[in-house]
Parts: sequence; structure tokens; C-alpha cells
Amino acid sequence: MPLPYYVSPEQMMQDKAEYAKKGIAKGRSIIAMEYQDGVLLVADNPSASLYKISEIYDNIAFSGAGKYSEFENLRKAGIRHADLKGYMYSREDVTARSLANGYSQSLGTIFSQELKPLEVEILVAQVGEPGRPNEMYRISFDGSIFDERGFTASGGRAEALQVYLKDRYTSEAQTLKTALALCAAALESVTNQKLPLEGLEVATLDRTRVGRKFRRIPPAESRQILA
Amino acid sequence: MPFSFDDHSASFFDYLLQQRPDLLPGSRGLASDRPVSMPEESRGLVPAPFSHGTTVLALKYEHGVLIAGDRRATEGFQIAGRRIEKVFKVDEHSAIAIAGAAGPCLEMAKLFQTELEHYEKLEGVQLSCEGKANKLGQMVKANLPMVFQGLVVIPIYVGFDLKRAEGRIFKYDITGGRYEESDYHSIGSGGKEARNTMREHFKKNLSEEDALVLALRSLYNAAEDDVGTGGPDLVRGIYPTAKCVTASGIGEIEEERMSRVYASLIEARKREA
Repeated sequence: MPLPYYVSPEQMMQDKAEYAKKGIAKGRSIIAMEYQDGVLLVADNPSASLYKISEIYDNIAFSGAGKYSEFENLRKAGIRHADLKGYMYSREDVTARSLANGYSQSLGTIFSQELKPLEVEILVAQVGEPGRPNEMYRISFDGSIFDERGFTASGGRAEALQVYLKDRYTSEAQTLKTALALCAAALESVTNQKLPLEGLEVATLDRTRVGRKFRRIPPAESRQILA
Repeated sequence: MPFSFDDHSASFFDYLLQQRPDLLPGSRGLASDRPVSMPEESRGLVPAPFSHGTTVLALKYEHGVLIAGDRRATEGFQIAGRRIEKVFKVDEHSAIAIAGAAGPCLEMAKLFQTELEHYEKLEGVQLSCEGKANKLGQMVKANLPMVFQGLVVIPIYVGFDLKRAEGRIFKYDITGGRYEESDYHSIGSGGKEARNTMREHFKKNLSEEDALVLALRSLYNAAEDDVGTGGPDLVRGIYPTAKCVTASGIGEIEEERMSRVYASLIEARKREA
């Protein structure tokens, strides 16, 4: 009978983390940025139908970087969680904080118990009512959760994006136009190539809208905004 | 609430059925372990399907469909509410109006709204008009056990079919049977009176104003002959609710416009009397 090899827990966790990080870095990046009317989400995504950004609830959006099948599952689980909560209690009781906690729990459990960790990094953003702050949470593959202000980036070259945006982002009076231009420029700078607007997936959580705040912005409209 | 990953259906109704059957209207999941027995004296009696007090109606006009309903809720011979809403926006291009036991009606409206939104978010596209109508039929069918306890819920569904570019009206029976109406329909205890009025005055391609006048006239006639249907309450300023469903979305008809139409209707009645 062969003896099982001994692998120390430290080594095992390190290997898993490395594996997950590698998977996530292979993908493309996503930026979420606050602007005067809410939160803007921009993803480097050449597909016009396989989305990385989507609506979860009235004022909450989700975006996933990394392996599509894995973050798609997380997205669906989040929608089920939100709709169930809204149906059971009330629409205003569905919050990004509770969703982010749920994601953190699930990702953390999978990371420590399953053989293969999920190769995903996700963002949960919530636009605040007028006069209330927005919320943005970044949850990484091991379930660690970061409460972000102003802007955040995930997937692909996230660190380079953070550095780029840190120098250029100003919190006061970002209009949709300036925010979108900054996000597009940031994505171009880290990929070192010109990105056509058709290759960007753009959506907003706009607090001036009535009811559901999430809206996709098609390339033609992005062009108008930037003009 | 744990996240669930092992479910592949885009239906919120199915999700509840699997995960939280206790939250479904009538708690169907619980009822199946413990069958409800009917009282001895009511066995063999099928409850009259239209014994509930209400009049709600829908009629087509040139731009789409108009859907309207009175505001009264009754409890036996008492008036339980004067401001109840019976017409609900479901999504940007559809609405339902419901007749029946108030609690289960509200629950079905809320569940149907969640169902359509859930599907849209999961699949990234809206259900077709036909698909929405069929889904509602399944929900009415699921309510059948409750019907034997006297809790009837019957909806009318109206939607603007973007593919066909026309408004559509669907009616249902208690078993979930779904039937499309070509021009107009109304249900509830005053439904017959309202239908009679619409039969007399309905024309194809009415203008929005004429359609509204006809809808309010039908509700007025229903309220005159049916105790379960509330007329306009001029003292408190309570009027029926109406919505119009068109290609550009769903719009609420303002109270002020209602009161104007009613003022001229009542003026005409006074002259005739």
C-alpha cells in the first residue's frame, strides 16, 4: 500500500492560491467607478452577448472576471438570493452588503474545502439613494472581501489598472463622460492596444432612473457620450 | 439564506417550489404532506367561480390595451376596503388585473412580477408575451387546491406583444386554462354588466380617450347593479384605477383625468334621469 504524501497546509493553500491567481490573470479586466449619478462599470469584453456585467436587483449590479462558467454560476446564485429576499421581505431589504457576504462565504468555503478553487474575482456594486453613499465590494477567489471607494478593478491586469487610476481619478464631479473616458483610457493603457468601443461592455447604475437602476449602454451610445 | 448552485431553471416559481415551498401561495409544499379535507357539508359542492366581489376589465384600442378595475373590497356584507388596487403593473409591457380572494390575489401578483423579472435577469432577455401568458396559466393551475377551500383567484393578463406589434388580452379559468380574447373582457361579480356595456359600445381602433370613457362607463354600470363593485367615490375622491399598455411601455391614467371623465358621465346621467 503506497503511503500518502504529506503536504503541509501552508503549501496546499499557497498552491491553490497560485493556481487561482494564474487563472484570473489570464482573463480580461473590469473597472467599476463612481460618478456623479451613480456607478459606472466597464469591461474589456469582445463578445456582445456573453456578458461580464449584469443586473442583480433594483440598485445592485454584479461583474465577474476569470472563468465564465464559474462566475456565471455565482451570478445566478446571487440573483436567486436577491429575488428570494425581496419576495420574502421587501425590495428595500436587498442589500449589496448581504450579497457580498454571501459570496465571500461561498468562495471561502470552496477555496478551503474543494480540490480546485474558483478562478474568479467578482464585484458587487450598489448605487445609493440621493444623499447616500454608493457601495462597492470586491471579492476575490479565497473569499476575502474589500470595501472599495471611488474606483476598483478586477481580473486580468487589475493591479496595473489600480495604479493607473490612482494617479488620475478625482472623486469630485466625475461626469459620465469623464468617467467613461478614464476607464477606456485605463483599459487601453494596460493592454497596450487601441480598444474599439465595440470591444467594451458598458453599464451603469444610475440613481436618476425610476425603479430598476441598472442599464446597459450600447457602443453607439458610448460613442455619443464620449463625443 | 444559503446560495444554491444546483438548480438550472430560470423560473422563480420552481425555485421556491424546490427550496422554500412554505413561501408559495397556499403553501402547496406543506399541503401535500397533510391533505386538506373539505368540510362534510360542502363536499360535492364546487364553489361558484365568480362569487367574489370585483369588476376588472380590459379592452383593446388603437395603440394597445387598456386595463381597469374598481377599488372595493368586501367581507361578506361589509365593505372591507375602499382603496384596494386590483390592477398591477407586471413589467414594462404587461399588466394583470385579478378577481378573487384578496390575500391570494396580491400574493399571485407579487409572485408573477418576481417571476418575470427573475427570468429576464437570469436569461438576459424578456419572456415573450405568449410565454408570460402561459406562465401565469401554470400559476393559476397551481392554485387549484386552494379553490376547493373557497380561495379563488382569477386573473386577466394584458400585454403588448412587441413582435406582433399589438396589444393582447388573455383570460383564465380556475384550472389554468388560457384563452385569448380578441377585443375586450371583464371578470368578477360585476363582470357580466361590464361586458354587456362593452358589447354595446365597443368598436375596433378606439382612441385612448374613447377607450377610457367606455371602460369607466362599464365599471359605472357594473357598480350600479352589483354590490361587490365600488363606483366612483366623489366624497373621498376615490376613482377606479386604469393603466394603458402600449409599445412605449405602461402608463398609469391620472386621477384628475378619471374625475373629469366621471364628471361628464354623471352629468349625462342626470340629464337622462
